[in-house]
Amino acid sequence: MAGHTGEALSKGEIWGGGRSPFGVTYGKLMMWLFLVSDALTFSGLLIGYGYIRHTYEAWPVGEKVFQSLPFAGDGFPLIYVALMTFILIVSSVTMVLAVEAGHRMDKKGIIKWLTLTVIGGLFFLLSQVWEWSHFIHGGGGYITTTTGQVYHLGHLEEDLHANADGSYQMPEHLMLVQNKYSEGEATIIEGAEAVKIWGTMSDYYHGANMLRNEYAPHAPQYANFFFFITGFHGFHVFSGVVINLLILLQVMKGAYDKRGHYEMVEKTGLYWHFVDLVWVFVFTFYYLV
Amino acid sequence: MERDDLIVNDSYAVNAKHDEAHGKEMRKTILKVTVILSLITAFEVLIGATIPRESGTALWTTVKFGFIFLTLVKAAYIVLKFMHLGDERRNLKFVVLLPYTAFILYLIFIAITESNYVFDMFQAG
Repeated sequence: MAGHTGEALSKGEIWGGGRSPFGVTYGKLMMWLFLVSDALTFSGLLIGYGYIRHTYEAWPVGEKVFQSLPFAGDGFPLIYVALMTFILIVSSVTMVLAVEAGHRMDKKGIIKWLTLTVIGGLFFLLSQVWEWSHFIHGGGGYITTTTGQVYHLGHLEEDLHANADGSYQMPEHLMLVQNKYSEGEATIIEGAEAVKIWGTMSDYYHGANMLRNEYAPHAPQYANFFFFITGFHGFHVFSGVVINLLILLQVMKGAYDKRGHYEMVEKTGLYWHFVDLVWVFVFTFYYLV
Repeated sequence: MERDDLIVNDSYAVNAKHDEAHGKEMRKTILKVTVILSLITAFEVLIGATIPRESGTALWTTVKFGFIFLTLVKAAYIVLKFMHLGDERRNLKFVVLLPYTAFILYLIFIAITESNYVFDMFQAG
C-alpha cells in the first residue's frame, strides 16, 4: 500500500533496520513464507500427478468417474465437486468478510462471519468424506477375461456374491460396459454375448485402494493421487477449521480487544484462503482436464 | 521514492482502522470477486460436463488450456483480492511470487520433458 507521508526514503533507510521493509508485521510475513513453502508441497504433488499421468496413454475421464450425488444416484457429471468448490469459495468469502469486520473493530461481525466460515469448512469436510467413501466403494467394478480383456460392469445394486470356489455369481441383469471411465463413447454389451464373455472371466475387482482401482485398472496411481492430493488438502481444511475455531473462541473471549487489533483473524484468513486456492487447482487438474 | 514503509501507513497494518465507508467499498469488492469466482466455476463445470475429453483434438486442447487459464484467473483473484497481496508492498509481492514461480516453472518443464521420455520408453516396450 502506498504511503501517505510522501517523504522520500533511500534504500539504506528501508533496509537499514528499525522498520519493516515489507510493510507487514513479523507474523504476517512468516505466514506468507509458510504459505509459499506449503504451495511448493502441493505443486510437487500436482506436478507429480501430471508426470505419472503423462507416462500413460489412457487415463480415466473426470466427468465419468465423478458423476454421482448423495441420495440422487448417477448421471450428474462434476456437479458434486462443483458444489464442494462452491462451499469452499463461499467459506473463503465469509472469511474475508470477517477480516474486513476486524479492520472496523466490529467484534459481532467477526464472530458472525468466522462462525459461518467454520460451518462452511465442516460442510466441505463432510462432503469430502462422502466423496472418499463413494470413490473407495466404486460403481460396479470390472472383470478381466482369460484373454486379458477388461470389461466394466454396469451399475449394481449390491456387490457380486462370491461362490465357494472363488468364482462369482452372475448378476440377474448382466451389463458389460466398455469405455465406462475412459475416453470415447461407452458401449454396452448385454444378453447372450455378455454371458459368453462372463464365462471367460478370470478376475473380478471393484472399488479402489492403494493397489488397485476400478477406474483405471492399468494405473493404480490414479487412486493413489486421489487419496494423497485430496487427502492432504482435506487435512489442511481440517487444521484450518480447528485454527479458525480457536481464533473464534479467542475473539469471543475478548483476547484481541486487549491487543487493540484483530490481526490474528487476518493471519488465519490467509491460511484459509490458501486452502481455497489449492482446491481451485485440484479441481482443475484432477477433475476437469 | 515515496515513503511507504511505515506500518502505520499500511491500510492492512495492525493499527490501521477502517471507517464504515471504507468497509462498504471493501464489501463491494468482495461481492464482485465472489460473483466472478462462482461464475467461472459454473462455466468450467458446464464445459467439463458437455464437451467430452478427446486427447489430441484441437477442440480438447483449446478447452484444456482454457481451463488452465481460467484457473489462473481464479487464483489471481483469490491471491490478489482475498489474500490482498495486491495491496501489499512491491517487495513482499516479489518475495512471495518470484521464488515460487521460478521454481515451479522449472519443475513443470522438467516433469514434462522427463515424462515424455518415459512415455516413449514404455511405448517402445
